[in-house]
Amino acid sequence: MDEARLLLQTMWRIRVFEERVAQLKRTMQVHGLVHLSIGGEGVAAAVCGQLRDDDAVYSSHRAHGHAIAKGVPLPAMMAELMGRADGLCRGLGGSMHLVDKRHGLLGATGVVGGNLPLAVGDALAARLSGSDRVTVVFFGDGAVQAGHFHESVNLAALWKLPLIFVCENNGLAEFTSRAEHSPVERVIDVVAPYGFQRELADGSDVLAVRSAFGAFLEQARDGGGPFLLECLTHRRRGHYEGDAQQYRDERAELEWAQRDPLTRFQADALEQNWVDTQTVAEIETAARAAVEEAVKFAKASPFPTPELAAELVYA
Amino acid sequence: MNSTETETTFVTTIASTLALAMRADEHVIVLGEDVAEGGPYTATAGLSEEFGRERVRNTPISEGAVCGAAIGAAQAGLRPVVEIMYIDFITLALDQLVNQAAKAHFMSGGQLSVPLVLRTQGGASGRGAAQHSQSLEAWLTHIPGLKVVMPSCAADAAGLLLSAIADPNPVVFIENKSLYFKREQVPSAPESLPIGQARVRRSGNDLTIIATSRMVSESLRAAERLAGEGVDAEVIDLRTLLPLDTDAIGRSVSRTGRAVVAHEAVRIGGFGAELTAQIQELAFDFLLAPIQRVGAPFTPVPLSPPLEDAYRTGADDVYAAARFAIEWDQPESSPFASGSFPAGAAGS
Repeated sequence: MDEARLLLQTMWRIRVFEERVAQLKRTMQVHGLVHLSIGGEGVAAAVCGQLRDDDAVYSSHRAHGHAIAKGVPLPAMMAELMGRADGLCRGLGGSMHLVDKRHGLLGATGVVGGNLPLAVGDALAARLSGSDRVTVVFFGDGAVQAGHFHESVNLAALWKLPLIFVCENNGLAEFTSRAEHSPVERVIDVVAPYGFQRELADGSDVLAVRSAFGAFLEQARDGGGPFLLECLTHRRRGHYEGDAQQYRDERAELEWAQRDPLTRFQADALEQNWVDTQTVAEIETAARAAVEEAVKFAKASPFPTPELAAELVYA
Repeated sequence: MNSTETETTFVTTIASTLALAMRADEHVIVLGEDVAEGGPYTATAGLSEEFGRERVRNTPISEGAVCGAAIGAAQAGLRPVVEIMYIDFITLALDQLVNQAAKAHFMSGGQLSVPLVLRTQGGASGRGAAQHSQSLEAWLTHIPGLKVVMPSCAADAAGLLLSAIADPNPVVFIENKSLYFKREQVPSAPESLPIGQARVRRSGNDLTIIATSRMVSESLRAAERLAGEGVDAEVIDLRTLLPLDTDAIGRSVSRTGRAVVAHEAVRIGGFGAELTAQIQELAFDFLLAPIQRVGAPFTPVPLSPPLEDAYRTGADDVYAAARFAIEWDQPESSPFASGSFPAGAAGS
């Protein structure tokens, strides 16, 4: 199955890229706050893998997976994380502000929930221009308690916009469990009164996410919306690289390690004969080679000149 | 009346200029609370009837998300004009304006642009009390990536609004409710006025008064009174706060040697503080007197009519500040020396 191969390719690229970023962060070659999505690659691959370049993705501060799955080239992305001139955003944005207009990644954001209103506006523009393109906005469960979330959900529902809200509910808002932030456990319940379609999916079950999202996408293409897909995921690393993670529950970690979306889907794909062991090995090897190539490209790229900052304040 | 001019009001000019821009470019949309109904001041009157309620879009009272939606739409190629009904409510939209709109072009390495106009109005009048009367423009001028426009008359408002809508950057367009219903002469077919150019509204040699928005006409009145006393004041209408026309300021003050800066906002931390700093950087060697700042007292805007009247800066404050600057080189006759320096001219 070609789909299985593509999903594995994307997940491996994200996994290897982020593991490498963690190393580079420890040696201070990657700069700024870095938030990794290891353990959550399944959602990015299943959602973005179904989108076209002209479909817009607005991402959060944990954006690497979404960017890679949306087709952003690894060399420019790695160069951006390293603050280099050949970076995606010429070294001015970094990990939290990845933008690749050509591939429809319209922005990550450093302000939790700050991307949601932008996605509403993007979907409004799509509607007014008569396009069948669709807007997807990723956010964590921590953003759900922000005013922007409620205002944006209301606007999207009121205006019936072709917008798919994808919540990656990893149960943690920064260092604190969801239970301490809201009495409502599930995000699908938060939006229930608006009456639009919503679905809860196991975020480590790649095919379940793919099929739930695919159903929404098809309707959104036909002008339907909005929709909310809540994916239960797990953040296997800290809120940011360097987080001491004193809030971890070891038993839950063990349990989630067994539900890792990549190893789980790979095992299923082998068992179903969608791929063979040789293909799997090739996919992993290719991902490692691509990431090393990206690191090499990034390291060879110069830092931007200081004048660049003043040049780009105004369009 | 000149055949190419029409007598109208500031607020009618806003509505007719928006209509002009919407006719010229289908990407221009207007959104905000009650805009399809014309809004409380009729600034968008007639637009929904001509362009429909898709392009002239009423929004819920959700300033944050509405501003953000306008930014997202701008990034996707539309030219939204979003209205924040009172500048006091811009507080609710500042995250989107400051963290998203102002930085999108920069953070994306130039990939994104945000051709957005945020229209709003401020100023104390009509007993609006402390949450419907503020002048908060100075906050916005501290943000690289924004442009801040504050027209003082209808004709400039038309030309600057056309430029703001055509600009690829986020422009905050700040009107003043006190100016809305004065009758003025406006070009029948307004043309764009460049953003970032001040205008000399009155030429003079003895003193430069640099004013914004409502304080321009107040400064012109003060200048007339000064003229009667033999003091020839120049009045500069800034029109744009960001980017600032430092050439116009430096050129004038270098020549007159005395400067008064005047705005309606609270004096402390107001844009006048920046102007004062700019003037001493641009023209220190030519200064003959301390730069005078006119602004509101350091209190919220009071409701009670005599208190609001006393709170509002006006021609008398500009006049007093100008006299103070003029008399500075004659210390024996200075109001400061006599211990009765004018309110609003010195001290805090």
